Parts: sequence; C-alpha cells; structure tokens
Amino acid sequence: MMKIIVCTKQVPATNEVKMDPVTNTIIREGVEAICNPFDTYAVEEALRIKEKQGAHITAISMGIPTVAPMLKEVVALGVDEAVLLTDRKFAGADTLATAYTLAKGIGKIGDFDLVICGKQATDGDTAQVGPSLAETLSIPHLTDVGEIKELNSKTIVCRRMTDDGYDELEMDLPCLITVTKEINTPRLPSILGIKKAQKYKVHKFNANICEENDIHIGLSGSPTQVVKTFIPTSAVECQFLKIKALADKLRELSNIEEEGN
Amino acid sequence: MTEIRIDRNLCNGCGQCIEACPFGAIRLDSEDRAEILDNCTFCCSCVDACPQNAIEIEADPVVKTVNLEDYSGIWVFAEHKDGQLRQVVYELLGEARKLAEDHHIPRVTAFLVGSDAKTFAPLLIGYGADRVLSVPLIAEHDGNEEAVCAAAAPIISKYHPEIILIGATAFGRSCAPRLASRLKTGLTADCTALAIDKESGLLRQTRPAFGGNLMATIICPNHRPQMATVRPHVFKPAAFDGKRQGEVLTEEISPLQHLAVRLLKTIKNPEGAINISDAEIIVTAGKGMGGAKNIPLVEELAALLGGAVGSTRPLVDAGIMPYNKQIGQTGKTVGPKIYLACGVSGAIQHLAGMSSAETIIAINNDPDAPIFSIAHYGIVADAPDTVRELIALLK
Ligand SMILES: Cc1cc2nc3c(=O)[nH]c(=O)nc-3n(C[C@H](O)[C@H](O)[C@H](O)COP(=O)(O)OP(=O)(O)OC[C@H]3O[C@@H](n4cnc5c(N)ncnc54)[C@H](O)[C@@H]3O)c2cc1C
Ligand SMILES: Nc1ncnc2c1ncn2[C@@H]1O[C@H](COP(=O)(O)O)[C@@H](O)[C@H]1O
Repeated sequence: MMKIIVCTKQVPATNEVKMDPVTNTIIREGVEAICNPFDTYAVEEALRIKEKQGAHITAISMGIPTVAPMLKEVVALGVDEAVLLTDRKFAGADTLATAYTLAKGIGKIGDFDLVICGKQATDGDTAQVGPSLAETLSIPHLTDVGEIKELNSKTIVCRRMTDDGYDELEMDLPCLITVTKEINTPRLPSILGIKKAQKYKVHKFNANICEENDIHIGLSGSPTQVVKTFIPTSAVECQFLKIKALADKLRELSNIEEEGN
Repeated sequence: MTEIRIDRNLCNGCGQCIEACPFGAIRLDSEDRAEILDNCTFCCSCVDACPQNAIEIEADPVVKTVNLEDYSGIWVFAEHKDGQLRQVVYELLGEARKLAEDHHIPRVTAFLVGSDAKTFAPLLIGYGADRVLSVPLIAEHDGNEEAVCAAAAPIISKYHPEIILIGATAFGRSCAPRLASRLKTGLTADCTALAIDKESGLLRQTRPAFGGNLMATIICPNHRPQMATVRPHVFKPAAFDGKRQGEVLTEEISPLQHLAVRLLKTIKNPEGAINISDAEIIVTAGKGMGGAKNIPLVEELAALLGGAVGSTRPLVDAGIMPYNKQIGQTGKTVGPKIYLACGVSGAIQHLAGMSSAETIIAINNDPDAPIFSIAHYGIVADAPDTVRELIALLK
C-alpha cells in the first residue's frame, strides 16, 4: 500500500491579524492558531488518494506541544497517524533546520512513497521548506502542483503552475510535491472522525531522533538569523481624484512606463 | 542550546517587549515580570525593545563551517526560458552592480545554466555583469530543477561566491531552496530590499512576513554563500551599455544520466494574456465589480493600458476567474508599477500579494474600504461605471 506523509504547520489565523492604528502594532489578542491553509489541501489530497487506491497517511508537524490538537483535527479527517516533533531544542529553526528536523522525523517514521507539503506557510510565506526537505531526503520534488493526473506505485504525473501557464511532468517515486489551493476543496470532519480523533494519541518525538548535540537543529542549525523586525510604515495618504483626473493619471503613469523601456 | 532569559531584577513589567514580539510569545507572569513562552523563535525583537536591557540571549558558540575569507563576489542566477532571459535577471544585475560598487566587491558574475546559454553573454555584460559563467546542459535538462541543481552546486563550490541572488520566479523559488540545502547554507525568500552592512560586510536581506504586516531583516553570518531570492519588479535594471567589457567562461559538467522528473508537456496561457507575476500594470476585479458580466470591462481596460487582469479570491472561488489570476496570500504575489483595484475591499490576505506595487489606485464606493489606506490614488464611485468611463476616456 502506498505510504504518504503530509507536512502540516500551525500558523496564526491571519484573517484575524489586525493592525492597531494607534500603536501601529499587530493586535495579537484573540488570534487563533490554525492549520496552515495550504496544508489543508495537502491533507485533502492525501485523503483522496487513500479513498481512490488505498494509502496509509501520516501527518507530521514540528512545533510547540500545543500543536497536538491541530494534528488531532487532521486525524478526524481520516489521516491514520500523526507525529509531532516537539522539543525546546528545535526552537528558532529557519527553513534549513526545519527541513532537516522534518527529514529526521520522517526517517524515524519509516518508508514512504510520497510527501505532500503545502505550497507555503502563511506566517513566513517562504515556500522553502518543501524543496529543502526533498533535497534533505534525497528525493525529487515539484512545487505548485494543482492536479495529480496519475499515480501508481512507481511514478506520479502532476500539473504544476508556472509563471506563464502550466507544465505536465512525470516524476519517479518516492518524491515530494507542494500543492496549491487549485488542487481540491478540503472536506469537513465527520462525527465519526471527530469521535475517533478524541481517543487518538498524537505521537511525540523529541530531539532524541537526532544525534546527541546535533548542530543542525534549532537556532544553532539555522544559517539565517532575523536581526530586525519592523512594521512597514505606510506613509501613503490616498489622494482622491475625479474621474477625468484619474484617467489622466492612468495615462501619465502608463506612458512614463512606456518611455522608461 | 540557545536560551533567552529575563533578568527579573531589571524587568519592570512595562510590557514593551510584548508589543514588540511578532509571535505573541511573551506575557507578564503573576509577579508582573515578562515571561518568554514556548513559541519564541529567538528573533530578538524583544531584546532591542526592552528599555531596561533586561532580556538576554545566550546563544550556542558558533560552529564555523566555512572559512568566510575564501568567498568573494556577487553572483546573479541568470534564469532563462524559451530563449529569453527573465526580466528579473536584469533587475538583479542592476542591484548587484550597485552593491558591488558601493562596497568595493570585486566582481559581479552572471551564472548561466542551460543549453545555448552562452548566447546571452553580451546582454548580461551590457546590463552589468563583469563575468559570465556558463554551464552547458543538454536541451532536455533545461529548466529542470534536478539537472540545474546538479550542474550548479559543484560550480558554486568551486568558485565560492560570497552572495548569490536568484529571481523569485516560480522556477527560482523551486530551485533555490534545493540548491541552498545542498550547499548547506542559508536562503532568504522573496526579498524586497538588499543592503550590505558597512561594518560586518554582511548582506542584509529584508523581506515581508505575516502577509506584509511585518518586515524582517535577515542575515546569514556564518555560512556561505549568502543566498536570497528576490521579488521581480523591486529593483530597477541599469541602462544597457553595449561598450561594457566582460569575461566569458564555460565550465563543463558530466550530465545526469537519469532524470527523476520529466517534462511531458507545457501549456502556455493563451496568446496575449500577460502573466500577472511579470505584469507592469494590473487591473484587478473584486466582488464590487458585480460578477461575471462585468469581467469583460476589466479585460478591456487592462488591454487598453497594456496590462494584465487580476482577481480577488471570492471571484476565483465562484468560478468567475481562474486561480492563476488570484492575487494574495493563497494566490500569486505581484509587484507591478500600477495596480488598479476595482471593487476590492483590501482584505489583509489580498494586500499580502500586492502591497509592494509601486502605485496603487482604488475604485470603491465605500470611502472607508481598507484598500484606501494603502492606495496612492482613489475614487469613491461605482466600480463598473467607473471602469466603463475610464475605457471611454482612455480610448
Ligand atoms: C486563509 C485565507 C486566505 C485568503 N487568501 C486570499 C487571497 O489570496 N486573495 C484574496 O483576494 N483573498 C483571500 N482571502 C479572502 C479575503 O479575506 C477577502 O475575503 C477577499 O480578498 C475579499 O475580496 P473582495 O475585495 O473582492 O470582496 P469584498 O471583501 O466583498 O469587497 C468588495 C468591495 O467592493 C466594494 N463594492 C461593492 N459594490 C461596489 C460597487 N458597485 N462599486 C464599487 N465598489 C463596490 C465594497 O465596498 C467592498 O469594499 C483569504 C482568506 C483567508 C481566510
Ligand atoms: N514546522 C513545520 N512542520 C511541518 N511542516 C512544515 C513546517 N514548516 C513548514 N512545513 C511544510 O512546508 C510547507 C512550506 O512552508 P514554508 O517554507 O514555511 O512556507 C508548509 O506548507 C508545510 O507543508
């Protein structure tokens, strides 16, 4: 049977992130944590493969202990097993260290045929963990997959979005794909699923999956460092125009652009 | 293991660190002292914010994996497709030149991987490269991440550039993380500003996070090369100078025998449809455009301006617009010169994909619509009517 790993990350529900207009800071209160929207498509795609041709699905996440309920939610949807990689030593990981840690976790889980990630996580928006994880696992990858056209025990045929259209590609298994929202519409859990998930115990792996004093995890395994964060100052004051002036402005702006070329 | 500590004697519970923390990872404990929670990512925003200097980070001793002195020069990855260099390559060359000249960096190299790549050399030199380094591939391997990484990695290891800039195109964003992982170095995604620190000489890479609500400046102090993908349209290309001189080098590699990923077919967007990631002008339809019947209006205006059509998510969800036109957090990120939003409210998830546009113009009948808070120009009016009138005025 096909073995599928789905990578899911918990992110703040950004639709509730509001800027405080007075202090110009992000209002944090009441910001719920949710499963990264792109990862819900990844989970759904795995479930569809399972329904169509049979598969064993393991969801994996690296995060703080409170991520466990999110993993239970994916179990409620029909995912077979859920693994949480959690340890203070993993904290501060950039994309390289995250990919490394996920690869270690996947190594502990065992054999797999297909890894499905979301296109990107909505907190960092990097879209780097998927390809980086594929490289760490020494398997091929495709990003921005909008459709799986064929899948058998040896190969997968995918449609991926490019900057100017689509490509159809065939890839050998085992491999990794990152998926966009185009691929499916995620389901809601069933009552039965929710009941099953209530009893389910999420597997927790700590830094013991790595060697002792492994320098590739957490902050020490992260080549990149954030040295400054700031709220972008939007000094724009909207200038309201009448329709004629707006047309002139558009003409002027698009002309400037033509001359500049 | 890295630790972050609050000196309880110094902390006076002023709460400034709580406000500064982008991750909501600090709270006041029962004695009104700051307490760092588990979801801290050690970003250090709190350390700078604390007026009491009560927050201390104790990091592990740095393990230097490379000798930093061995690395020099800026490389620009010269992505090309269908016999043409991508626009972002010229922008990156322009920025690389500036960084090199301001900081006495010895040379800017354009790095070309692919078949027939050498033909681009005169263009690349004219736009700012001092050297063109080309690695030939067989034609079937063009644009294949696996083949390009396999060809690029050993050459990068041989020449050890200090900085590599890659366009944040679909291909660049797929290839760069793979390459950075192979080289075991850091990569910063989707940068919108670059600078070199005068003292340390490190590349300061600034990028939006949290859907553009927060900017983060990132460095890669102990690993090389320092790698970044850079958003298209952020930097300006330098003027072409046909008299510039440069060196052209070719490095041979043994081609991969078997590719695990094989291209079966390519489906191009219909002729004339401008790809929104590359577009300089975008006219976006939101729910306020009044549904499918008015989309031809938006298309006509876009065509008049020589631009592309974009969409908000509700129109895509309703099947009125294709997903490849969706702009925002779960769609594409764009950075055009002109962004004309027609009947778009300006939800934060939409802004995440377009806030770096140079000039934003909004048409909305609600004067309090959030889009006006980031728009440079606006008109409070009916969107379909306004678009119709604009077409008439511009014709
Ligand atoms: C996890 C997540 C991810 C998301 N990702 C995206 C994304 O990638 N891209 C995206 O766009 N959205 C995204 N959304 C949805 C987003 O939150 C908004 O719902 C969406 O952007 C709103 O689209 P809109 O502006 O077209 O519609 P609305 O919010 O309904 O706004 C319509 C606007 O048109 C104005 N209007 C109405 N009638 C007229 C008229 N006759 N003339 C002029 N103006 C008129 C109204 O005043 C209003 O401001 C996401 C949401 C979530 C939760
Ligand atoms: N901490 C994590 N745990 C599990 N999966 C992750 C984690 N971080 C990133 N991913 C996966 O990688 C994808 C891209 O994330 P990012 O590179 O952070 O934008 C996400 O959609 C997830 O599928």
